Amino acid sequence: MGATWDGIEEGSELPVLEKQPGVTQLVKYAAGSGDFNPLHHDFQFPQSKQLGSIIVHGRFKYAALGELVSNWLDHNGRVKKLSCQYRGMDFPDKKVTCKGSVSRKWEESGEKLAEVSIWTEDEDGKKTTPGEAIVVFN
Amino acid sequence: MAEQFEITDEMREAIGVESPPWVYEVTTTSVRAFARGVGYTDPVYFDVEAAQKAGYRSLPAPPTYLGTPVFIPGQSSDTFSGPAQGGPSLQHGLKGLLDGGTETEYLEQICAGDTLVSTSKIVDLQVRESRSLGKMLITTSQATYTNQQTGKVAAIQRSQAIFY
Repeated sequence: MGATWDGIEEGSELPVLEKQPGVTQLVKYAAGSGDFNPLHHDFQFPQSKQLGSIIVHGRFKYAALGELVSNWLDHNGRVKKLSCQYRGMDFPDKKVTCKGSVSRKWEESGEKLAEVSIWTEDEDGKKTTPGEAIVVFN
Repeated sequence: MAEQFEITDEMREAIGVESPPWVYEVTTTSVRAFARGVGYTDPVYFDVEAAQKAGYRSLPAPPTYLGTPVFIPGQSSDTFSGPAQGGPSLQHGLKGLLDGGTETEYLEQICAGDTLVSTSKIVDLQVRESRSLGKMLITTSQATYTNQQTGKVAAIQRSQAIFY
């Protein structure tokens, strides 16, 4: 059962999505997205060595936030806008917890809309990828 | 780490210059590969029948997926798979690269079977200083994805890259 416009209010929380991408998952993401920056799979790459590890693609976290919103909506609507900023690095095999809450709900030009604050948290609870989504309900 | 860095007139001239168009394909296989890469378990992104039951023409593109660029050796970037000559390149000499942020605006539903044509341009350049990375060049690019079949703009994506 996906979210409905009538069933949500400002402050409603999205079901939490837990990710823990290991190297294999990052390789699958590289293949699926076409982003083969070695910083996301090659520990010998100079920038990885400098950072001490490969890092999770920012875009993987962006896509995971998309998954968070998609799972919540369960096709009862569609994403109009999705944004995030990459504020902190995440590392393979560490938990990336995707969370969100409804920040605004309104009607405009006959559309039933909601704005959702979304973010990822690392294992210390630090928000590494804050963002925002606007969805329109069917 | 760069101690000094300035935006040159040559870099400023690159702002607003539109790249040549490049084709991005959205196919059932490419949607599945992306959804698998993210870790989706929702059958709507894998099973055409489930997608049609949910009201889509075919497998819908998951949020943030705007097709896979057509790869042609010599013409495509081996690292990022997009066009190697994506537009005017900035001769900034900075070696480090990090993603800064991404914003996607969707105007149309994107589904498997769609072909998107993308052009991009640099819309802003800024220099900022960070304690850990030194002087950084922040570039904001905007890419427009037009559905080749309908001629309508399907999505606009703004991305920030950090060079340091």
